[in-house]
Amino acid sequence: MDAHGPLSDEGLVRLLTHTGERVSHPEYDAYAADLDATALRRMWHDMTVVRGFDHEATSLQRQGELGLWVPSLGQEAAQIGSGHALRDSDYVFPSYREHGVAFTRGVDLPEILRIFRGLQHGAWDPSAHGFHLYTLVIGAHSLHATGYAMAMDRDGLVGTGQDTDGAVVCYFGDGATSQGDVSEAMVFAAVHHAPVVFFVQNNQFAISEPATRQSRVPLAQRGAGFGIPSVRVDGNDALACYAVTQWALRQARSGAGPVLIEAFTYRMGAHTTSDDPTKYRTKADEAYWAERDPIARLEAYLRSIGELPDDAVDAAAAEVKDLGRRTREAVKGWEAPPVGTMFEHVYAEPHATVAAERAWFERYERSFADQEAHA
Amino acid sequence: MTTMTLAGAINRGLRAAMDRDPKVLLMGEDIGQLGGVFRVTDGLWKDFGGDRVMDTPLAESGIVGTAIGMAMRGYRSVIEIQFDGFIFPAYDQITTQLAKMHYRSQGLLTLPIVIRVPFAGGIGAVEHHSESPEALFAHTAGLRIVSPATPQDAYDMIQQAIASPDPVLFLEPKARYWDKGEVDVSRVADQLEGEHAEAAATAEMGRGRVAREGRDVTLVAYGPTVRLALQAAELAAAEGTDIEVVDLRSISPLDSDTVVRSAKRTGRVVVVHEAPTAFGSGAELSARVTEQAFFHLHAPVLRVGGFHAPYPGSKLEHDYLPNLDRVLDAVDRVMTH
Repeated sequence: MDAHGPLSDEGLVRLLTHTGERVSHPEYDAYAADLDATALRRMWHDMTVVRGFDHEATSLQRQGELGLWVPSLGQEAAQIGSGHALRDSDYVFPSYREHGVAFTRGVDLPEILRIFRGLQHGAWDPSAHGFHLYTLVIGAHSLHATGYAMAMDRDGLVGTGQDTDGAVVCYFGDGATSQGDVSEAMVFAAVHHAPVVFFVQNNQFAISEPATRQSRVPLAQRGAGFGIPSVRVDGNDALACYAVTQWALRQARSGAGPVLIEAFTYRMGAHTTSDDPTKYRTKADEAYWAERDPIARLEAYLRSIGELPDDAVDAAAAEVKDLGRRTREAVKGWEAPPVGTMFEHVYAEPHATVAAERAWFERYERSFADQEAHA
Repeated sequence: MTTMTLAGAINRGLRAAMDRDPKVLLMGEDIGQLGGVFRVTDGLWKDFGGDRVMDTPLAESGIVGTAIGMAMRGYRSVIEIQFDGFIFPAYDQITTQLAKMHYRSQGLLTLPIVIRVPFAGGIGAVEHHSESPEALFAHTAGLRIVSPATPQDAYDMIQQAIASPDPVLFLEPKARYWDKGEVDVSRVADQLEGEHAEAAATAEMGRGRVAREGRDVTLVAYGPTVRLALQAAELAAAEGTDIEVVDLRSISPLDSDTVVRSAKRTGRVVVVHEAPTAFGSGAELSARVTEQAFFHLHAPVLRVGGFHAPYPGSKLEHDYLPNLDRVLDAVDRVMTH
């Protein structure tokens, strides 16, 4: 197992083999039944666009335009597959690598880069997209997700059988499962029957630490101790990710309580652009997973059923190119925000210390302008 | 006017806030049927039910973190942390999430959460049950930190804290829970039912008050040390020293204007709190007075407080805590400098 990931891949729900052959699954076929060729092509399209954007962001970091980038390369099936199972009444709490999910929630991808260019810490309106801000403290948002789900239940948005029923999906990684907050989130979610789906993208590494540093059992097994039903899915199989998320969301929206999904995937890129994965993993490891590329897999399947015409491929390529250009132009056009903004929204109501320090700083800044005027 | 204990005033204040706004919830350990280990929530579970007076799992980070998520859907949670020393499992949620969400979202998200903490010592308790951690939180922008010293302030300020759109740490001087006082319940009700209630309540909660006027020394206190400061002032008066006592009420923001105004008249300042003096709120206040009233001072600003040692076993706590002798010693020193 050392060559291709530290934890067993046994028991994964899979609807596409890694070469793109459709295999049936007695339980989960039903949850992918609504995926016609158009829907599958849309998934492939979204995965392709997000990967193109991810490459562009990595390039921009290398060119010095971004301070840091967190690549999502390799996790497109887990993110787009699950993201396509969401509806407007659902709410998402991402970690910080969920650019694919952000795309499915209507966030304009270049906007994410405002964070990584250092303009601001949050870059979209969470409630407008049903997509909370990125949380950088590992696992801290699992509690926010649970609380939000508890509140949805109180607000009558669960278990009515109407389309207004919703659930929360909380994304985090294999490393986060060791955090106390994640355990506490599962305790609160379980005892309150909160409509929350914990979606673990087990991408095999927490920066350099393999998942065996976090657990001696598959991460999905963590659910049992909390009384939370769980499932392991092939995280590089977009169909399977869609199907298990559909199942989980139906459970949660119905009022049956929380669900845990472990999506077994692989972070094909570095943890961030500051990381060097050659220090802790092998070429053989990377080659094994390159053969399991999530986009190539779905592409092979679509071609095998004659549903990926060349013009769709060409159109997606053109869209990626266009998005890349738009991203570059946007990023390079962003100026640093006015200095005074660092004092804004510290509190919702005025606070004497902030007001006094801001006033001092403005006087200080003006003193230079006065000197220049006199020079 | 009604006579209430400080704990009873908080209880009545919570009830009034829950009556006023159905989105107000109480969360904490043992706050339901039991009414909290200090009985501050006594009777509320019976009248409002378990959905609004929630006995939570025993996990402080979990309580604060889930309250944050609930606040994103408009709920106003009032959390009880059972004892000061048990707030630390929630330290990360409070300082990296609760304090910063409004800033991170550029004002799109507000988290009107109140964290009630029975704090400070003097009750003969075991380890972790007598601490004063205010400075650890005051260093974090985004939090408001207040501490009432009287039943009237307890009644008013708990409701103002709940009405404020910002997160508030509400530090309750547990040794003073059973002090009685007269409470006017109508004034805060008028404020909170009037126009711009959130702004008015937040602003008032952040201001200190002159608890006793005097000419010679400004003695600054908050929460559990206000009574001590007033007692010291009485004793000093008998010896001819006229002490002005300022009850800060709020640590963040710190109403240094009220203290500086007083210092400019008296020229002498002593700050007394139970928390360790090193890097404490007294140190901050001392710096501000020095910066803003330097040429009015007749003596250095002195601090009286806990030591840079863990809170000791209860047989030694009255030597650790500031007492009348140590406060009066500091008063003598600024008078004779």
